[in-house]
Amino acid sequence: MPSRSVFPGRLLPYLLLAPQLAVTLIFFIWPAAQALKQSVFVEDAFGLSSRFVGFANFARLLDDPNYLHSIGVTAVFSAAVAALGLGLSLLLAVMADHVIRGAGAYKTLLIWPYAVAPAVAAALWGFLFDPSIGEIAQALRFLGIRWNYFADGNQALLLVVIAACWNQISYNFIFFLAGLQSVPRSLIEASALDGAGPGRRFWSIVFPLLSPTGFFLLTVNVVYAFFGTFGIIDVLTKGGPAMATDILVYKVYTDGFRAADPGSAGAQSVILMAIVIALTVVQFRWIERRVHY
Amino acid sequence: MVERRSWFTLAAHLTLILGVAAICFPLYVAFVASTHPLPVLLQGRLPLMPGDQAVANYSAVLSAGVGTAGMPPASVMLMNSLVMALGICIGKIAISIVAAYAIVYFRFPLRMTCFWLIFITLMLPVEVRIQPTYQVVADLHLLDSYAGLVIPLIASATATFLFRQFFLTVPGELAEAARIDGAGPLRFLWHILLPLSRNSIAALFVIQFIYGWNQYLWPLMVTTKQSYYTVVMSISRMVNAVDVAPSWNLIMATAMLAMIPPVIVVLAMQRWFVKGLVETEK
Repeated sequence: MPSRSVFPGRLLPYLLLAPQLAVTLIFFIWPAAQALKQSVFVEDAFGLSSRFVGFANFARLLDDPNYLHSIGVTAVFSAAVAALGLGLSLLLAVMADHVIRGAGAYKTLLIWPYAVAPAVAAALWGFLFDPSIGEIAQALRFLGIRWNYFADGNQALLLVVIAACWNQISYNFIFFLAGLQSVPRSLIEASALDGAGPGRRFWSIVFPLLSPTGFFLLTVNVVYAFFGTFGIIDVLTKGGPAMATDILVYKVYTDGFRAADPGSAGAQSVILMAIVIALTVVQFRWIERRVHY
Repeated sequence: MVERRSWFTLAAHLTLILGVAAICFPLYVAFVASTHPLPVLLQGRLPLMPGDQAVANYSAVLSAGVGTAGMPPASVMLMNSLVMALGICIGKIAISIVAAYAIVYFRFPLRMTCFWLIFITLMLPVEVRIQPTYQVVADLHLLDSYAGLVIPLIASATATFLFRQFFLTVPGELAEAARIDGAGPLRFLWHILLPLSRNSIAALFVIQFIYGWNQYLWPLMVTTKQSYYTVVMSISRMVNAVDVAPSWNLIMATAMLAMIPPVIVVLAMQRWFVKGLVETEK
């Protein structure tokens, strides 16, 4: 931190920090510690006593085919959300960066889904894809596709991916557009003078300069797919059919509350926390790299 | 000069129009569905134009709620959502400003420890530690209360970090000048730093308002009384209503009501929102 003039005061800084620290300790540090503790204990059938079991909960979890299945679903889901969401939003951002007339209107019409709650986005798409009355479901039936996401696991996964992407595209779009607009005009002009066409200019100059933004958005999208999509899953599929959309964050909720297995839920929480921390560290690396530019 | 090829500009417009159409299509369908009686929707051929039941549907939802799904009137839920969103938003901004102020403008033992303690909360979304957090709130008897809805969610470091970054860009001479003129630390915060932070506050307001309004899992967990339901969490209960076919026209009316306030906030404060979003993540 750079040196700056500082106010004297012994008690005041602590008073100023107190509300933030209190909330952090009570609602964050303490529950996280509880999850850690749960993860190394096993409760008896009545929840009356518990005994220390070390890493047994983790071992049990990694032996559980349902958990491994859930890891696989999460990987496919987040890869699909990130790839589709980033690809489409980059395309739209490049186009919006190019046009002059109507650019503001396009931007406004593309960013509003950011304000829509995942659960509400799920209701909108669930209505469009409702097997009996949904508009898109009927169009698909007209094309000869039997659409019933209540029974078909792949269709259910596709639907949650679509709803999640729709919800996240505006965020990606805003960042890509900001990234595109910060590409120096002089570079583009120089390469145009050297005879590079629009395609060549994009792939050789714009795209490499955008890669830090793209990498940052990749981690944000993975975090979103891992944790932000709970509402979408809960409204549309509840993890089904036959666990086809049972992503990790949904499973920790069902195991912790419905199946009442605190040992397993604690271990799952700890694993998820480790994943978030790893992703955050990756993100910070990105920030540090960017500073050197 | 960079040449502009007209075919490329045309293709760009076409792509954008397609994109906008795809993005806005669900909204239009929801709006149309919310203006028709249920039997029209159940026939499975949704009319292209809005129907004449808009007033009837919206007033039914607002004043009576979707009774079959055990929902209170949407007006109550909208009020709860507003209280929750504003509570989270104002609470976060308030406690973050003073915390960031303490970290940047004072030197005291454990300063960096405090900073990191706050900072790690950036990492963990509430969904991850949902069960133990629920336990804490239950033990504090905060279930079914506005305090239970709001306070656990203001434990986030995004805002603190943003204000810290901003304060670091404020010239140190300002604080020095204020001190020489005899202003105490609180006076400096209130009369000089806060007015300078207006833009950051506006940007954070948009982002945190949306974050608060769109909370789903947390209100679902901590409320059992209908009088504390929020509008976003009610969507799931209506879509998955047991024993009755979902009343899609009323669900879509509720969804429209749930979308309108945050969308208006984003569109009305678009400039601050975009700036805030890009800068929070830096």
